[in-house]
Amino acid sequence: MADHTSSGEAYWKANLRIIIVSLIIWAICSFGFGILLRPMLSGITVGGTDLGFWFAQQGSILVFLALIFFYAFRMNKLDKEHGVDEE
Amino acid sequence: MDQFTINLLFVGASFALYIGIAIWARAGSTSEFYAAGRGVHPVTNGMATAADWMSAASFISMAGLIAFVGYDNSSFLMGWTGGYVLLALLLAPYLRKFGKFTVSEFIGDRFYSPTARLVAVICLIIASTTYVIGQMTGVGVAFGRFLEVDSTTGLLIGAVIVFAYAVFGGMKGVTYTQVAQYCVLILAYTIPAIFISLQLTGNPIPALGLFGDTSSGEPLLATLDGIVTDLGFAEYTAHNGDTFNMVLFTLSLMIGTAGLPHVIMRFFTVPKVADARWSAGWALVFIALLYLTAPAVGAMARLNITQQFWPEGVEGQAVSLEQIESDATYDWMQTWQQTGLLGWEDKNGDGRIQYYNDASDAMAERAAAEGWEGNELTNFNRDILVLANPEIANLPGWVIGLVAAGGLAAALSTAAGLLLAISSAVSHDLIKGQFNPNISEKGELMSARVAMAVAIAVATYLGLNPPGFAAQTVALAFGLAAASIFPVLMMGIFTKVNNKGAVAGMLAGLIVTLVYIFLHKGWFFISGTNSFTDADPLLGTIKSTSFGAVGAMINFAVAFTVSKMTAPIPQEISELVESVRVPRGAGAAQDH
Repeated sequence: MADHTSSGEAYWKANLRIIIVSLIIWAICSFGFGILLRPMLSGITVGGTDLGFWFAQQGSILVFLALIFFYAFRMNKLDKEHGVDEE
Repeated sequence: MDQFTINLLFVGASFALYIGIAIWARAGSTSEFYAAGRGVHPVTNGMATAADWMSAASFISMAGLIAFVGYDNSSFLMGWTGGYVLLALLLAPYLRKFGKFTVSEFIGDRFYSPTARLVAVICLIIASTTYVIGQMTGVGVAFGRFLEVDSTTGLLIGAVIVFAYAVFGGMKGVTYTQVAQYCVLILAYTIPAIFISLQLTGNPIPALGLFGDTSSGEPLLATLDGIVTDLGFAEYTAHNGDTFNMVLFTLSLMIGTAGLPHVIMRFFTVPKVADARWSAGWALVFIALLYLTAPAVGAMARLNITQQFWPEGVEGQAVSLEQIESDATYDWMQTWQQTGLLGWEDKNGDGRIQYYNDASDAMAERAAAEGWEGNELTNFNRDILVLANPEIANLPGWVIGLVAAGGLAAALSTAAGLLLAISSAVSHDLIKGQFNPNISEKGELMSARVAMAVAIAVATYLGLNPPGFAAQTVALAFGLAAASIFPVLMMGIFTKVNNKGAVAGMLAGLIVTLVYIFLHKGWFFISGTNSFTDADPLLGTIKSTSFGAVGAMINFAVAFTVSKMTAPIPQEISELVESVRVPRGAGAAQDH
């Protein structure tokens, strides 16, 4: 099985790295810019309110979309690099 | 043609469409019923998933909750979309590789324990039943308005129709019916929003209109902030509530989204692991079309409503009773009054209806000077906002009919889907799997029907006295799923936690969360039996709707501790975990 080889381990490590980076972006854009860091962004105005409000109501959703498509694209490439894609 | 006939026509036509497609598709293939996604393109599958997932909570209730609270309810928007990131990154591809049909099967096999499977089934039944209560609240509102009866009668009629719809059954599993439902739902949501956005900001895209300027040149949100604060309400765009609770609430909804069986199941049946990754993305694209519009619907409706009650501006005179009765602009108030979900009372007898925040100290002076004796808009149920919105904005009759059809599509499809999930969990996993393996196929079908009838009776009874507005009740269901299901799925893939750890974790997460919810919402959701309220919760500022995230952490902690103290997992399970981590070798999903 591919998973017991060093390639299998490297594949899983690479996957975990991509997941962790993606989840950090996920958290910063929703919990960060949308809620906790909103006071810091209050100087940037967007249509009668501030950037934090935009992130909370729309921006975070757009970032989520980008993240999922990025992950699908990146992982499908990684599968091939490590030879674990579905034939 | 009067509005009642138009509504009837739209609702009837949409139902004829769904049934027609179901019959046409079923003639093609019966296996569609079980593996709705197999051989279906990820885009089509994504659209069907979106229809499956967006319920009365998203369609009917959410924008109303945002409208009357503003920024603080952004949690619904971030929470119900952010969960798809967790689903796509942490669960979907691995569960697809595992290759079974249900969540409880994965838990039973991965944790090599029938007990784990039983506990998972119980968690699923409790979370799904809570979810159905929220749907029934929405069904009551939609049928009440559409049939022009009070909401209790609407709920009872709706319950009968949901039951028939669910028994009719397979329709729900047919992907193309769900695609049609998605189309009706999204058109019904966006068309009125486009009209209203054009009226208020001149921008045909509501999501952009929200941040646009009104005809006076002032930004829409600034105008809204000004008007609501002048009436003593909290500023719309400001953060007024508790930050810690908002973070926990958002997190609960996200984790819950990734822990709800009827969403996860869609990813079991896509053709390939790679498709499971793409499908989550496409589902979110179609969900985002509604979710990017919802905050615009909320803010614009709040502005329209407030301005209708203060036709001369908030500094002038309030709307008069005479105008409400004679002016066609106010017809929506008359029709919604019949449902019992909207009410007003001229407390000070001045022939006008003053809508303001009578709890605000800042308003006390003006109220005393002008002789107001409290807020006279005595009842405005948040769940009516989206359905009433086109009437409030005086849109044409066909738009109102379309919205009625969309609201019913959202509520009925999800309610029926959940009832099917509950009934198969009871008959297949509980009775056949645990108590009576020799039950005949007929007996299994019978017990499925009985389970469905019991579930809908419970949901209808509790729906008459719901623990909250539709989206709030649904949020409780997400909290339960977050505390019980998501952590064990994640640990099953990313760690080597053993059987005892998983069972202890699920039980701890479920029980603690359920007790916390019952303490605040009443035992078994029966009103009046609660010891605390969400205004003054037991633990700090943590409301019962936000507790799911805490329950999930308890689940993780208990599972790791118990797992450390007991025997490690056997070799073959360790190999199973290794194999779900790589896509190669994924066959078609197997029924056992």
